[in-house]
Amino acid sequence: MRRIALTLVIVMLACGAKPAAAERLVVSLSNHRVAITSSFVGEDLVLFGTIEPDAGKTALRSAYDLVVTVTGPRQTLRTRRKQRVLGIWVNVDSREFVRVPSYLAILSNRPVAQITQQDTLRRLQIGLDNFLLPQRIGPDLADTVRDDPFRLAFVRLEIQQALYSEIGSAVTFLTPTVFRTAIPLPADVPTGNYTIDVKLFADGVMVARTNSALEVTKAGFEQYVADAARDHGLLYGLATMLMALLTGWIASVVFKRD
Amino acid sequence: MQIYLPIADMPVNIFLVLGMGLAVGYISGMFGIGGGFLMTPLLIFIGVSPAVAVASVASHIAASSFSGAINYWNRRALDLALALMLLSAGIIGTATGVWLFTTLRALDQLDLMIGLSYVTLLTIVGGLMIYESVRAVVRARHGLPATIRRPGSHTWLHGLPFKLRFKRSKIYVSAIPVWAIGFIIGFVGAIMGIGGGFLLVPMLIYFLRVPTATVIGTSMVLTLITMASATVMHAATNHLVDAVLALILMVGGVVGAQFGARTGQKMRGERLRLLLGLLVFAVGLRFAYALVVQPDDLYSIRHLGGD
Repeated sequence: MRRIALTLVIVMLACGAKPAAAERLVVSLSNHRVAITSSFVGEDLVLFGTIEPDAGKTALRSAYDLVVTVTGPRQTLRTRRKQRVLGIWVNVDSREFVRVPSYLAILSNRPVAQITQQDTLRRLQIGLDNFLLPQRIGPDLADTVRDDPFRLAFVRLEIQQALYSEIGSAVTFLTPTVFRTAIPLPADVPTGNYTIDVKLFADGVMVARTNSALEVTKAGFEQYVADAARDHGLLYGLATMLMALLTGWIASVVFKRD
Repeated sequence: MQIYLPIADMPVNIFLVLGMGLAVGYISGMFGIGGGFLMTPLLIFIGVSPAVAVASVASHIAASSFSGAINYWNRRALDLALALMLLSAGIIGTATGVWLFTTLRALDQLDLMIGLSYVTLLTIVGGLMIYESVRAVVRARHGLPATIRRPGSHTWLHGLPFKLRFKRSKIYVSAIPVWAIGFIIGFVGAIMGIGGGFLLVPMLIYFLRVPTATVIGTSMVLTLITMASATVMHAATNHLVDAVLALILMVGGVVGAQFGARTGQKMRGERLRLLLGLLVFAVGLRFAYALVVQPDDLYSIRHLGGD
């Protein structure tokens, strides 16, 4: 709740700081709740939106840029590096990435570096290079330089798993004020609450910003099994064991030869 | 057809996993082993995390060894007293193994430990089996009788105290080596996700002189109980047992095992042991290769927990 409130404050400040803002963003998501069932193999969510002039304000500009940042539930992960020790490859060094998004997609109509200046990108955390990925360094938490080898490896591995992405051509303007984009959710998408942050730029300046959210949950049987394994480990284990015995027994009855 | 695994958190092709179960089941039926040492690496290869693979394979082996044990029980070819004796130490071994598994996982060294255990164990056991069976094959070629040592011959193991008599197996041995073997099998099983049948059978034959008539049945009872308890312990402590994955594997496994057993019965004993030895050795070498050769990616990510 507090984070949402904080986000709202930031949004209001950001909007308030720009008296020239004459636009309003209206977005709609094809589905706010993604259910992972036993046949789930990933899904593309469609986000539609329009840019509307605020009542009584100036007319709309001709060219806009749009950046959509989708952030998954926060997770703490450890990136490990292997090194040869006595002839074999062993994990020798590691860095903890604390409360970083388990899913991060940055979707825009053109590469973010072309949309606005570097310091604006940095301040608004736009792009994989500029998103804050805090590492535990001693007692402190801090994001390192962008070319830190652990940060590079972390982002590269997450991109390989299709959990992180930065697509500079994902947003399509259907008309100068109507846009759509597809949010690619891979098959092993983490479950939890996602925030969608939509930022509108004109001439390198952010002119409007809005939020949306979506939820990814396991559903039906998948949810039942996952919950049982987490909350009732012992019972779940006993049930799995009984299932194994039953399968073995059935096989010995079915295939009885003599 | 894809199916989403609720604990492994990934979709897999149901026919691929079923096929793997059938293939490993065939091999396990042929040699009278659980086949975990093949199944766990295969699962890791298709992308299941090593921890989930080890924990889920335990229940798969429990199923196949239960169906085998029923067959041996009906033929009165298992020594329940010996199995229970091995088991009393096996449970402690399994608990120690699950504890070490959890600790190493926290230290980021689990994959290394699994890899090293596979290399050491499989190359040594595989090598010994090849050596022994090649000698037997050569002897058979030359028309010599197979010189398996008389059951009566004594080693230093027979001088140990706390002697017990096992009627079904017709042996009289100290409880110390029995417990030691039970502990090792339980421990190794929990760490490596293997039933340890390929390890237990030679140990029972060479160290305790258990006759071949009861050795496989007894080994299956032990495997069944250690793997069943490993399933429960892994589920209760690490929450890593994927029941959906396990079910697909076990259905494939028990069916494959039936056909494998028929093939196995048509083959000569030493040929069968040579084949198994080569297979075990090859898997060991594959793990050694993975440890020694520079990995494609030096970096890897491990999840430490959610929000």
